[in-house]
Amino acid sequence: MIRDYLYPEYEAVRNPDLCIGCRACERQCANLVHRFDSDLNKMVSDSTNCVDCQRCVCICPTHALKIVKSDHTFKANANWTGEVISDVIRQAGTGAVLLSAMGNPKEYPVYWDKILINASQVTNPSIDPLREPMETKTYLGKKTSEIRRDRNGNIIPETSPQLELETPIMFSAMSYGSISYNAHKSLATAAEELGILYNTGEGGLHEDFYQYGPNTIVQVASGRFGVHEDYLNAGAAIEIKMGQGAKPGIGGHLPGEKIVDDISKTRMIPEGTDAISPAPHHDIYSIEDLRQLVFSLKEASDYKKPVIVKIAAVHNVAAIASGIARSGADIIAIDGYRGGTGAAPKRIRDNVGIPIELALASVDQRLRDEGIRGAVSVVVGGSIRSSADIVKAIALGADAVYIATSALIAMGCHLCRSCQAGKCNWGIATQVPELVKRLNPADGKERLVNLVHAWTHEIKEMMGGMGINSIEALRGNRLMLRGIGLTEKELEILGIKHAGE
Amino acid sequence: MNYDYLIIGNSTAAVGCIEGIRENDREGSICVVTDENYTVYGRPLISYLLWNKTTEKNMLNYRPSNFYKKNDVELILGVRAEKINPDKKTILLSDGQEIGYGKLLVATGSSPFVPPMKGLDTVEKKFSFMTLDDAKALAGAIDKDSRVLIVGAGLIGLKCAEGISDRVKSLTVVDLANRILPSILDEKGSGIVQKHIESHGVKFYLNDSVAEFKDGAATLSSGKKIEYDAVVIAVGVRANTSLVADAGGEVNRGIVTDLKCRTTLDDVYAAGDCAESLNSITGQKQVLALLPNAYMMGSAAGVNMSGGEKLYDDAIPMNSIGFWGLHVITAGDYEGEAYVKRDGSKYKKLVTSGGRLRGFILIGEIERAGIYTRLVREQTPLDEIDFEAIKERPQEMAFSRAVRKDDLGGAK
Amino acid sequence: MKRIYVNEEWCLGCHLCEYQCAFANSGINDMVKALKGKTIHPRIQVEGGNSISFAVNCRHCSDARCIKGCISGALSRDKDGVVVIDTEKCVGCFTCILSCPYGAIMPSSDHSVVQKCQLCMDNQMGEPACVKGCPNRAIVYEERI
Repeated sequence: MIRDYLYPEYEAVRNPDLCIGCRACERQCANLVHRFDSDLNKMVSDSTNCVDCQRCVCICPTHALKIVKSDHTFKANANWTGEVISDVIRQAGTGAVLLSAMGNPKEYPVYWDKILINASQVTNPSIDPLREPMETKTYLGKKTSEIRRDRNGNIIPETSPQLELETPIMFSAMSYGSISYNAHKSLATAAEELGILYNTGEGGLHEDFYQYGPNTIVQVASGRFGVHEDYLNAGAAIEIKMGQGAKPGIGGHLPGEKIVDDISKTRMIPEGTDAISPAPHHDIYSIEDLRQLVFSLKEASDYKKPVIVKIAAVHNVAAIASGIARSGADIIAIDGYRGGTGAAPKRIRDNVGIPIELALASVDQRLRDEGIRGAVSVVVGGSIRSSADIVKAIALGADAVYIATSALIAMGCHLCRSCQAGKCNWGIATQVPELVKRLNPADGKERLVNLVHAWTHEIKEMMGGMGINSIEALRGNRLMLRGIGLTEKELEILGIKHAGE
Repeated sequence: MNYDYLIIGNSTAAVGCIEGIRENDREGSICVVTDENYTVYGRPLISYLLWNKTTEKNMLNYRPSNFYKKNDVELILGVRAEKINPDKKTILLSDGQEIGYGKLLVATGSSPFVPPMKGLDTVEKKFSFMTLDDAKALAGAIDKDSRVLIVGAGLIGLKCAEGISDRVKSLTVVDLANRILPSILDEKGSGIVQKHIESHGVKFYLNDSVAEFKDGAATLSSGKKIEYDAVVIAVGVRANTSLVADAGGEVNRGIVTDLKCRTTLDDVYAAGDCAESLNSITGQKQVLALLPNAYMMGSAAGVNMSGGEKLYDDAIPMNSIGFWGLHVITAGDYEGEAYVKRDGSKYKKLVTSGGRLRGFILIGEIERAGIYTRLVREQTPLDEIDFEAIKERPQEMAFSRAVRKDDLGGAK
Repeated sequence: MKRIYVNEEWCLGCHLCEYQCAFANSGINDMVKALKGKTIHPRIQVEGGNSISFAVNCRHCSDARCIKGCISGALSRDKDGVVVIDTEKCVGCFTCILSCPYGAIMPSSDHSVVQKCQLCMDNQMGEPACVKGCPNRAIVYEERI
């Protein structure tokens, strides 16, 4: 239909003076943007299918390529923007829900960027992390609130099962299926080397990865894919996924064409069938129901593993967290609305949920107010973009953070937000063998390890600057934070003062 | 004098032997005796020398100038070995010296065969084409006005033709056979190469022979008369076996050796063009007078002489040769079922038998030929590879993933 | 010794190694100047297509048939174990092409001599350019037993 034509959003631009015609861009573009024209005897590009993944830009040995945002425009309109008009045209043509991927890209406030960190001057001197020990080790799990002694008066050192992290960072849930085998392997091996954990997501655990169990969180989601006794006992913790920041309130749908070979085996569903995760867990309609699942899982794992309950950050998140803390869960994971996904309805991604910064502050405060903060650890995710975000999250009350988007970027992702197409040119969000092999897990692992090491160094630098030498002393230490450009209400929710105060 | 290792001959097999010995034994004394006055050079280079593709200096640099010194080798130049005395373990040299040996390698090579031809003794400028001295003598005897007659359209005769082509006025080649290079090519291949050589001005008289040389002209059996200024006789070579034969060792066409390159005389080994070795494809013993084989055999002999163990059991006939830019690579033999592809002057013939590649001919398109050679040498069962793909072109892809992994990822 | 090893599991068939090789051995210090509008004659060759591909170059065999069979002594092993070609000595007989079981030696662009991978020890790179330019670590340069 002539009415459906939309000019490409991005254009691959080639500098003909630099192009040597090696055709690497052509061979590397799964969207078939580049080709060699033998009549013209040169490389040509058709940007119609360009997703701006930057693969060609990176692979070009002479840097002859760049991707630019098309300057093609609809008539300027602050309300009926080009994106809005295009979406209407698309939906008028297809009648379909708009799908997209990764996190909410809209221009909502990023509270991390409106919070500033303190540093010591003169009194309470700062600490040089290169010269003095700086502790980032983090334990996640229920903390005992009272000391118990045996008949002889000796302390009973019994604690709930704890997760031990070398640094307060974990790789959050990404299922095998939504990401590739090699991406999973990169995460698993990096977590092992880093002394942290990665998360299977809801797709089960490939048999090859059982060996990374001590660094694995196994997830149980509404579809219960790949859940069996060995699976529950394979990891260091079990996570019940109630919700996901990118698409709160809805389930998931991995199309049948991605359910191939090992993925079908790992998920325990027939090849080619759609893997549909229902919106709710059909056995959970209350905190009491949740408590039943928490204890079922603890029972199945002999009470040796902490149970995490993951929820999306939504409007009444504090009350929900309070309920979860009382359900017997050891850890609450909260996923903010900027959190990524392999596929989500665009409207949900862009309009549902709340910022993780506000959710974290209100949950931490609520649990403190109710005197149950020690009953659970709090892990937050949903767009942790840097070590500064982590320091701010911990000062706001988080015990640790979940990172996924930044981990994907470390592995090669350029945030083209086209995961749902399954043709990830970086070998991450795809199951096409020729694409999957583009991510060499040795390389993926090394880059993940580099990233977490770099961030940990920076966390130590910032802690040292505040005169703090242990991550424990930073936790919930909101005095170390000040807001900038925030309203009274925002400051109140965040529980921080304004800069200058 | 007494040496642990004595080598008669100073060509490729001798070098192989020295390097083979030194793999095992850094200490033992080595002596090389040669009737030539040069340090080692690759014999086939003489045509390239005349064609100005190399220089005498480069030629004599087959091994670096410190080769003998580095390997602690005594080199006796310009002296012939006249006799082996296997009981005393000595050899007698043409200068009267007697040298003792612990182990002896006979690497005497071969000599040009000059058949009786009427009037040949009247030819003033007649040459063989085998040694550096031969090449120098020929070069000194020809000029821009020379008409050269070459008797023999084999490898030596034709390489000679190419070598001197820019130095002479005309070149005529006569051969008794009805086609050129019959030892390495099939009929089609011979035709293609002949046409190419003819396009460079060489005139062939095949199925013909010289009946008589007389007064600067050769009369052929066919009656044709060819005037010449110089004649090169290149009808073939004969292995130099007499030293061993005279000492009581067994010889056929070449010196008889076992898989460890031992002759039938105690502590006497033989390698190179003078010796017979096992053709691993046919299972027959024969003289495989080729430079690569001479090295391999010499090297195996050296290892065995110095206490190691190496069987020389994977020899095959093989050749790589080019004429005026047209390259020909062949290996094995052509007894079996043939797959043939021809495209102008490009020609490919793959011969299979019993599910193995038995031989091949490549003309013009020789890229990666060694992969075919490997199939012939290793007698790889063709059902273990993608033969259809490899017919198309030699490629690693035709092997199994496991073989590729070993080839490209294994330590070599 | 350190050699180049190829793992087809990670080869993307992008052919960049060929271009990096051609550039490294061009003697020109700018890739565009070196390669633009030219047909390349790399010493490493990528085989295969989309699903399976891998690069092949000299294995630097410790028992190198090419050296043994070389009629001019142009092929030799240097002190580090690298199989090198002396193009001064090479006469272009192609016996090494006949001998190499991997098809890793090829005629030079004008067919007058042969060329082969020398691990970039003979050019300005100092380390194999194909390894450095491989986007997925399919080609590595390391010591293996």
